[in-house]
Amino acid sequence: MKPAPFTYHRAASLEQAVALLAQGGGDTAVLSGGQSLGPMMNLRAARPSQLVDIGRLEALRGISVAEGHVRIGALSTHAAIEDGAVSGPLGRVLARVAAGIAYRAVRNAGTIGGSLAHADPAADWPAALLALDARIHLRGPGGDRAVAIDAFLAGAFETAKAADEVIVAVDVPALGPTARFGYVKFCRKPGEFAEALGAVLYDPGSAQARVVVGATGSRARRLPAAEAGLAAGLSPAAADIAALLAPVLGNPSALVLKRQTAAVHRALQEVLTDA
Amino acid sequence: MPDIRLSVNGEAIEESAEARLTLADLLRERLHLTATHLGCEQGVCGACTVLVDGVPVRSCIRFAAACDGQAVQSLEGLEHDPVMEALRAAFTRHHALQCGYCTPGMLIMARDVVLRLPDADPARIRLEMSGNLCRCTGYLGIIEAIHAVILARRG
Repeated sequence: MKPAPFTYHRAASLEQAVALLAQGGGDTAVLSGGQSLGPMMNLRAARPSQLVDIGRLEALRGISVAEGHVRIGALSTHAAIEDGAVSGPLGRVLARVAAGIAYRAVRNAGTIGGSLAHADPAADWPAALLALDARIHLRGPGGDRAVAIDAFLAGAFETAKAADEVIVAVDVPALGPTARFGYVKFCRKPGEFAEALGAVLYDPGSAQARVVVGATGSRARRLPAAEAGLAAGLSPAAADIAALLAPVLGNPSALVLKRQTAAVHRALQEVLTDA
Repeated sequence: MPDIRLSVNGEAIEESAEARLTLADLLRERLHLTATHLGCEQGVCGACTVLVDGVPVRSCIRFAAACDGQAVQSLEGLEHDPVMEALRAAFTRHHALQCGYCTPGMLIMARDVVLRLPDADPARIRLEMSGNLCRCTGYLGIIEAIHAVILARRG
């Protein structure tokens, strides 16, 4: 199918992009890599009357290392991250997540900022970056603000980003030398959206523990009780994980609960097993 | 209507087009470059894969207007590319196509795998090609053909 008609603006600057969004009203969409918006528009599941293309904005590019974290420009593609654009242990974690997103031809265009803004419940970055405790930098008409990812993710395809805001960058805390990352997702075939997803960050050195379930049908969620156990170095039994997941997943079917339990359990085992 | 200036297979192109014109339809309908095939039109099947600024992308979900200033290569533009010549011969030898609908996208992606992953084994090739659907061959011939080209280049 072909998309419904729309008008196209290529933003020449971040300021212009924000101004166009502020003028455009609710049915103006931001175009970055277009790997989710493009299919949705072809299927006419999305019919924006106006597109603001931010894909060439230099202000949204680049990756820089700062005190304690790495700043990833919103237009960084999954393929660039897969190929090691971020260095060090965190870079290897991010590369592993990126390599599992869709297919290379999609990763060449799709961006980390676009994935977060789209907030597909089954997507990789929202869950992985929730486990990694990322912060999202936004630019709107009122200026800049930064939002912790836990507050940024609101629901299925919903975020704290206002319609006239643009994601500028993502800050991800650097990983300590003892940090471990577990990541397990189940798909019907490689590159498809996840049917179950577990993401775990565990640093015995700093007793940091974050346990996340993704592909929930809504936003990715942390499991605080599992995190408390993990911080003490405890490996929870599958039955205990299932008991924690059931309320988070909201009356899941036996199949969904079993699949999600296995994903989170295996991600936990990955960080608790000596390499 | 946006004016689009881009290069297609080395040739400078200037087109005025509706914003909703995709790169795939620009290639096929305006420039009559029909090697680029449209299958699913939602970025899943890979038949429409072309090179934009040297890397494979889905042309069915890329708006032509967003390609302004970029360099596009379709299969037609790779006729004399040495890797593509080797891949075409290998696809023939290994019976890597039957109806041929997926083949242009398969070849564009296969060339990327050969150049980007010179150490790829058949399992890695299978994973890398998982974004290109073929409904005829069962993929075996495609994997074998790409692996044969990789092995030949290793010498």
